[in-house]
Amino acid sequence: MLGYILRRILAVIPVMLLVAVFVFLLLRLTPGDPAAIIAGDMATPAQLERIREAMGLNQPLHIQFITWIGQLLRGDLGTSLISNTPVSSMIASRMGPTLAIALLTIIMSVLLAVPMGVLAAWKHRSAADYAVMAFSVLGFSIPVFVIGYIFILIFSLKLGWFPVQGYTPISAGLLPFLKNAFLPALTLTTIYVALIARMTRANMLEVLGEDYIRTARAKGAPERTVLFRHALKNAAVPILTVIGTGFALLIGGVVVTETVFNIPGIGRLTVDAILARDYPVIQAMILLTSFLYVLVNLLIDISYSLFDPRIRY
Amino acid sequence: MAQTPPPASAMQPVLRLIRMPNAGLAPKIAAVVLLVIVLATILAPWIAPHDPLAMDPLNRLKGPMPGHPLGTDNYGRDILSRVLIGGRLSLMIGIATAIVSVLLGLIIGMIAGFFRTADAIIMRMMDALMAIPSILLAIALVALNGPSVGSVIAAITIPEIPRVVRLVRAVVLTAREEPYVEAAIALGSSMPKILIQHLVPNTLAPLIVQGTYILASAILTEAILSFLGAGVSTETPTWGNIMAEGRMFFRIKPELILYPGLMLSLCILSINLLGDTARDMLDPRLKKRAG
Amino acid sequence: MFQRLTATLLASTILAGAAWAETTVTAVMHSGLRVLDPVMTTAHITRDHAYMIYDVLIAQDSQFQPQPQMADWTISDDQKVYTFTLRDGLKFHDGAAVTAADAVASLKRWAQKDAGGQVIMDRTESLEAADDKTIVWTLKEPFVPMLEVLSKQSALPPFIMPARVAETPADESITDYTGSGPFIFVTDEFQPGISVTYAKNPDYVPRDEPADWMAGGKVVNVDEVKWVNMPDIQTAVNALTSGEIDYIEQMQVDLLPLLEGDPNLVVEVREPTGMMTMARMNFLHPPFDNEKVRQAALKAISQETVLAAMIGDPQYYQICGALLGCGTPLENETGTDTLTKGGGAEEAKALLAESGYDGTPVVLMAPTDMVALATQPVVVSQMLRDAGFNVDMQPMDWQTLVTRRASQSAPADGGWNLFITNWMVPEISNPISNPMLNGRGNDAWFGWPTDDTIEKLKNDYIAAADLDAQKAVSEEIQSHSINTVLEVPLGQYSLPQARRANLTDMIPSPVPVFWNIKKGE
Repeated sequence: MLGYILRRILAVIPVMLLVAVFVFLLLRLTPGDPAAIIAGDMATPAQLERIREAMGLNQPLHIQFITWIGQLLRGDLGTSLISNTPVSSMIASRMGPTLAIALLTIIMSVLLAVPMGVLAAWKHRSAADYAVMAFSVLGFSIPVFVIGYIFILIFSLKLGWFPVQGYTPISAGLLPFLKNAFLPALTLTTIYVALIARMTRANMLEVLGEDYIRTARAKGAPERTVLFRHALKNAAVPILTVIGTGFALLIGGVVVTETVFNIPGIGRLTVDAILARDYPVIQAMILLTSFLYVLVNLLIDISYSLFDPRIRY
Repeated sequence: MAQTPPPASAMQPVLRLIRMPNAGLAPKIAAVVLLVIVLATILAPWIAPHDPLAMDPLNRLKGPMPGHPLGTDNYGRDILSRVLIGGRLSLMIGIATAIVSVLLGLIIGMIAGFFRTADAIIMRMMDALMAIPSILLAIALVALNGPSVGSVIAAITIPEIPRVVRLVRAVVLTAREEPYVEAAIALGSSMPKILIQHLVPNTLAPLIVQGTYILASAILTEAILSFLGAGVSTETPTWGNIMAEGRMFFRIKPELILYPGLMLSLCILSINLLGDTARDMLDPRLKKRAG
Repeated sequence: MFQRLTATLLASTILAGAAWAETTVTAVMHSGLRVLDPVMTTAHITRDHAYMIYDVLIAQDSQFQPQPQMADWTISDDQKVYTFTLRDGLKFHDGAAVTAADAVASLKRWAQKDAGGQVIMDRTESLEAADDKTIVWTLKEPFVPMLEVLSKQSALPPFIMPARVAETPADESITDYTGSGPFIFVTDEFQPGISVTYAKNPDYVPRDEPADWMAGGKVVNVDEVKWVNMPDIQTAVNALTSGEIDYIEQMQVDLLPLLEGDPNLVVEVREPTGMMTMARMNFLHPPFDNEKVRQAALKAISQETVLAAMIGDPQYYQICGALLGCGTPLENETGTDTLTKGGGAEEAKALLAESGYDGTPVVLMAPTDMVALATQPVVVSQMLRDAGFNVDMQPMDWQTLVTRRASQSAPADGGWNLFITNWMVPEISNPISNPMLNGRGNDAWFGWPTDDTIEKLKNDYIAAADLDAQKAVSEEIQSHSINTVLEVPLGQYSLPQARRANLTDMIPSPVPVFWNIKKGE
């Protein structure tokens, strides 16, 4: 098992290297000139040439790539072309809000979605089942920003329960944090719940059809024990997987919600950087989010064995 | 996946998909809704009351009135006409993305599934591509290549390919162990022939299901790209860019988001429902969209 | 013992009281602050930032006249030697006194980048510090607009930095943000594109005169000013309504109904001169290398259609054909009847037929991420199409547009034919500083017209003895520039600002400034 974990960790290296190559080529092979951004809007061609020279943009691609990887390995993410601030400190100051809202979303989603999925599977083909399914399809079908605006309209403007925008860190107290973070998290939750509820239902349905459940029921085990002790425990692995694969969805959602609710997180940082051609920030952010994705899925892979003793390597 | 059908019946799941036996009421309603939306957008140039680009800045942001059943937008353009015409490009982007990503995914997945040497390299590349959050990759692609229809399609397609590749590869890996495929190899059939005769039919049905999900998510992604400022120009309306443009006026004229949002959501809802029905019929074990 | 305790208690009460009374003004500006070096960009947000933390030698008042700010000046009789004397009490935020050497270094760095600065440098014999307080600027020949250029409030004013900062090469960004202005940049709280905090500079000594635009005493009445960026104006409107922020610099006119009827809010136009929006063609490539085609395009456009779509409520826009702006000393609208009176579609078609236009597509660059620039291209492209042009409107973000407009390539190879931008009226109200009225080919502003007549007319303007003579030359400039279509003026507008009612006494200057402002309970 330890060998398996080691192998999985080692497998991350080529993937990340390939991601780095993609990101590098993506930015270098498309039109746009970082030197023009640095030089400002009154630069002369001679000034541009000097900056290109100084930045090493005139060197062959593979040399540029190796230089860049070398910097990355030393922990140097570069400096923003636009604000002249180190990228690492920009990310550090923007990481908090995004992580907090993502975590809150995952917690809320699991708390809502798992019971929904269990209920739907238990009462298969009942009104409750159809309601859960309808909700989960709906969650996939409405754009996140529309959901966000509708929530703002109802909960902030009509009812006045939450502030319309902004972010307060947890360090300022749990309640102020929740007041700001709840609506964005709720917005994201609608998609995530759709995903998890649907997976929970499907897996529960499958598990509930298996022999050992029938045995447990025949032996007179209470329904609650059957559902949660036997069935849910075995359905946990695929549910966990979907939380992992849903991570990409979550990042996509965070980018949009941060714009709607004006949250200074890494989602907005990335979109702003892309639109302003701030190359070092784009590179760092795509690498970082990809790394997080790989890491989350690695952890989930490894924790399989904890949830599902049947899986042996 | 042990029970892969023999070659004679390989096309059967596809036929069953189209006939939809024992489907409940919901998929039938979904099919009708989708049909209405598709017809409305195809016929849009004839049934739309106005040129979707004709401006009348002195009559902007007006409510419903004679000639403008849904009112006008911030340039005084007719909302109904824009929503109808907008559906064309939204659906076209969705369909193009679905077809291109399925085709590319099929080819790459076939190669990966059949040639052991290529498999490792291809799959590592697919892993890397999947690791990059698709929305970020898509806005980066559009922002860097310019917001044309082509680059929007490419930007939505590229992140979808790995999922298709994984699906195709899994099916091929199972199928190539089957006696009839092994027999064909033993008999010395050429590789392309084996691929086309035996393996493509096997993957067809799950690919159609996968394709419907890609179609739905591509329409949604186009809307999100527009929202983030990396979409097609509003001179060629799409549901996404109509909403993106209407965002600024949400509080004084929510219709600019609600009408295209309703059309888009109904459309995606129908496609998703049909996709679910097809998947359930096809293979009760094929439960999750990532495969 | 007891006494000491009381004293401590008292002191802490006072301290607590002081903390309670601390006032912070939270403002949403027109854009997020990302670039901190005022020499690197003409972006208004960077200039606004610079006015917070830096000071200037001389500054423009509401009569467009230069006034002393950091320094007073004398001019020699032959108009060649300008002597500036720094006033007492000027200190940088690190405590060091501001010296003439600092000013000279700052002026030299600025003059490498600023168009006006370059013109002065061409005529400069020497620029040096005579002593700690005295700057002597010697010219080779008299240059009448000298003080006008040095006191201009926009695109790029010469801000004074410590000499060690000003020694940064002009094509490298500064990394030390020490100024001598009325506010101090709080480095730790700066989040590029998100928020920036300015603390009151307790050591700033304002001038005695009352504040008047950028001139006069910069008295700070609040402890802290915070700029937060909200890319979605509705978010900002919501935040203003709920009291989370105090001020929105630019309101979308269409959203004003949302603020109506709230007694806590005030909507007003801060300064009457406002902004001008205008279109610029590329003189190097077909079809706009042909004067007749340019004239046809100008005739096809109606300002009212553009402004109505862009702003909506006529209260906030003004139809104006004057290249030097309406409401300015040199206002003149010669030759713009079609623009200001609904467009001349028929004349445009006739001119286009006469020009032999062959359907070459007009590549119109349309920025999608700037609210104040997104509407005009959509409307203009429709009007050009109606007149018979083949328009290829290419959406892009502003950053791309700024990079691409610098390209002289053919439109098919990454160049362009037409784009639209906005100016503050004071930036274009004078033929010398108006960037579009420059006919020096490759050295001209984007579009690169080669036009000797306009250069000659500008020399006439420099030589003009008084305002009447200047007005006479300005009429010739207007008529010539419209005829050859150096630019197409699309009209003037003022985006109103919105504030909480307890935020008062803001100076009605074109640059939004935060001195003088008071924040009540």
